[in-house]
Amino acid sequence: MTEPILRVRDVYRTYRRPRTSLRRPPTEVHAVRGVSFDIHHGQRFGLVGESGSGKSTLIRMLAALDHPTSGTIEFDGQLISHRPERRLGSLRRRLQVVFQDPMGSLDPRMRVRDIVAEPLVAQRQPRSAERIAELLGAVGLPLDAGDRYPHQFSGGQRQRISIARALSIRPAVLVADEPVSALDVSVRAQILNLLTDLVEAYALTLVFVSHDLAVVRHVCDTIAVMHHGRLVELGPTEQVYDRPEHPYTRRLVAAVPTLRRALAGVGAVELASAVVAAGADPTDTEEDELR
Amino acid sequence: MSERMDALAGLGPPEPAPAVLRRRDLRLNPSLVIGGILVTLVIGAALLSFVWTPYDPVRIDAANRLAGYSGDHLLGTDKFGRDVFSQLLVGARTTLFVGIVAVGIAAVIGVPVGIFAGIGARWASEIVMRLNDLLLAFPALLMAIMFAAVYGPSTLTAMVAIGIATVPAFARLARSGTLQVMSSEYILAARAAGRRRIAIGVRHALPNIAGLVIVQSSVAFAIAILAEAALSFLGFGTRPPTPSWGRMLQESQELLHSAPRLALWPGVAIAVAVLGFNLLGDGLRDRFDPRLEVRR
Amino acid sequence: MSNPSAAGVSDLAPAGGDALNVRGLQVTTGRLRLVSDVSFSLAPGERVGLIGESGSGKSLTALALMGLLPEGVHADGSVRVAGAGFDLIGASERQLSRVRGEQLAMVFQEPMTALNPVMQVGDQVAEVILLHGHQPDRRSASRAAVEMLARVRLPDPEASARAYPHQLSGGQRQRVVLAIALANDPAVLLCDEPTTALDVTVQAHMLDLILSGVTERGTALLFITHDLAVVATVCERVLVMYGGRIIEAGSVHDVFTRPRHPYTRGLLDSSDLEASDETGRLRTIPGTVPAAGRFPSGCVFRNRCERATQQCVQLPRWESAEAERERGAATRPDDPEGATARGYACWHPLEERRDD
Repeated sequence: MTEPILRVRDVYRTYRRPRTSLRRPPTEVHAVRGVSFDIHHGQRFGLVGESGSGKSTLIRMLAALDHPTSGTIEFDGQLISHRPERRLGSLRRRLQVVFQDPMGSLDPRMRVRDIVAEPLVAQRQPRSAERIAELLGAVGLPLDAGDRYPHQFSGGQRQRISIARALSIRPAVLVADEPVSALDVSVRAQILNLLTDLVEAYALTLVFVSHDLAVVRHVCDTIAVMHHGRLVELGPTEQVYDRPEHPYTRRLVAAVPTLRRALAGVGAVELASAVVAAGADPTDTEEDELR
Repeated sequence: MSERMDALAGLGPPEPAPAVLRRRDLRLNPSLVIGGILVTLVIGAALLSFVWTPYDPVRIDAANRLAGYSGDHLLGTDKFGRDVFSQLLVGARTTLFVGIVAVGIAAVIGVPVGIFAGIGARWASEIVMRLNDLLLAFPALLMAIMFAAVYGPSTLTAMVAIGIATVPAFARLARSGTLQVMSSEYILAARAAGRRRIAIGVRHALPNIAGLVIVQSSVAFAIAILAEAALSFLGFGTRPPTPSWGRMLQESQELLHSAPRLALWPGVAIAVAVLGFNLLGDGLRDRFDPRLEVRR
Repeated sequence: MSNPSAAGVSDLAPAGGDALNVRGLQVTTGRLRLVSDVSFSLAPGERVGLIGESGSGKSLTALALMGLLPEGVHADGSVRVAGAGFDLIGASERQLSRVRGEQLAMVFQEPMTALNPVMQVGDQVAEVILLHGHQPDRRSASRAAVEMLARVRLPDPEASARAYPHQLSGGQRQRVVLAIALANDPAVLLCDEPTTALDVTVQAHMLDLILSGVTERGTALLFITHDLAVVATVCERVLVMYGGRIIEAGSVHDVFTRPRHPYTRGLLDSSDLEASDETGRLRTIPGTVPAAGRFPSGCVFRNRCERATQQCVQLPRWESAEAERERGAATRPDDPEGATARGYACWHPLEERRDD
């Protein structure tokens, strides 16, 4: 278990904005800048960042849905960055993704059983009614859910469908991109429990992306913090949360309102002061981003 | 995983969420209903004509030329003594036939082309769309005249010409619909599952643009009807003696002063058909509008 | 805060000393009841949170107060705002437009859609000032607008005033929306998830701004959100909504440390990501929220409640802590911990005990 399952080395992703002037060159957006890290088998790896941090872009590259401008990504020892689609079969069989938007991540014209079976069909594996039933049961959905359409389900139930789909081909790695951000608090707890149960039951490696530090702290054993495309902190969960080193991480931890602190008297004024006190980041060039 | 998914206290299985925030119930909106009625009228006339017409529409009855409204001839007769009402009924057949074939050609060619342009690589998409633009440059009328000059005028040449001339509209529509679909997260999920582009186009893009295509078909139908009428009027469409609303209009031209009813009824028939299909298209579009989908 | 419920409503004079007084608010569409029997009031300068998840009816309540319900959705009941001499429910659009932006202002979740994309932000603030006649002409309104932008701490207010919304960041846009809302010193400010779309560091500053904005002006605040921690950070008291009804109410401290309603308890438990049970799992509320308008009859929570019995088929009476402790009634308590301010609607409330 010493060889990491995912190895990211010096990855950059830059986008060219369309030209706005004939004389000046088009502006470039540096979504990801020089990110390097390893993910090991069985790890629960959390990736935290606010909007514009580059975490979603990075996740897409891990799943080979996008390719880095420079740098390399290896999955299980094999290079996957810049690999053509037809040669990505082994990655697709072993790494699956759960997306953020419970509305948009399911085809509204497909029945649930076809949605869940899609990876099986795409990978030319046998699809049986038993397998579908097994998957639906594993995520806590009723058996007749397979006959219905996504719009007939709530947000939490749709995320369950997404999870069932991701698990259908028994991947080794599950990448979850903000899976609970669009859900209500009580539903969030249910889905997080489901995820942790499944990760344990199937011995999965989990890559969990979120803007919510508290959620990541609950789910993951390792946290990586991203800010403006750079990886600014990486370490075991409790260490990052209790003894953050980078000023941005400190600001992030200070800025999250918690019930405990609020009841202890930390009001809005105190919260804002705490964020300021946590220190300004010298590399900070932009302010407030919209998520 | 111990939570009970089924609702307690006898409330039954989860139901689909009601359309709480839908602005109005658009299942049977006025456009749909009126359009539907008008279109049914036209279809009904055509179907009826297969089984029964008051008179043989092509039978010349010199003794009864230019007869007015009467119990015998509901809408009178034309300058050859042919019954106007019967001509209208049989003319409906031509109208519908042209619409179906023309729209069929346009959709069967245009939609796959558009989807291909939407899912494919940038350069393939560009080439396809530029060819499409080339085709767009030829108006249906011009194409029909060209075909008529080469193959001789007939209903068939008119239909094919109109169909080909309508391909670009369908291709454009299919492409833009596909592009929208391609930007969805479920397409990302399909790619992550390992689906190839063609499979994505067939399995995901096609069903999701079906609504758009149906609506476009309705509208294209209306345009095709008008085009056929125009072509027949100009002599490039249906050859006599086959009844055609457009030709009926053309034949009535010289008698406009003395027997305006000969222009009135074919004109009304064309208007009803075109209006019907247009309204139907509008009604269907409202029905399928995803923005008015049920929200939770 | 007064007691909601059909029977035994203490009769406060409409908008008597209150900044906002809501009585028996009901929102329906067709035959579905989306919000039922909502009654509460805000004293001047009071900060009250309205907590609920999707389907609770909290956003519809806010829209009903502003008269901004979509077509086909209808409101009944009574809503009075200080300074407006008429009931807002059933008022004409003309009357309502005089109140909006003047006595009653609102901040929505999405700043981009709340602002006119083709108008400079300074002009948008000036517009609301001019509309309600607080300045005599354009020039002075523009000056006042720049001042407002400075008050919401936009950098370089003069230049910012000339910017278009797309040139600003999300947090800055939301500040502009707040400036527009507070420009005319409204009696009541409604905020519907104002920081949900913002990054957490930006949120902290925004909450600070909202708090100072309302305390400076003595504006009453109704803060609607699903985030318990945010409510606790900004508000003094809280109303908990579920199934279109207010099921518990009281001071933030009381409700969040000594909840009486099982749903409130469930909500607190599931939000607490730091406390998991023996197996490391989070505590959850069983089942899912029923579809809008399809809540069970009687107690809206009974199909998910472990404590539910046959009695719960009847709509629970509103129990105020006062009635329970049989203390003397003080209809307008000065201290937020006052007896009449605390209440819940449940046949089997949780025991009153201190939570640690």
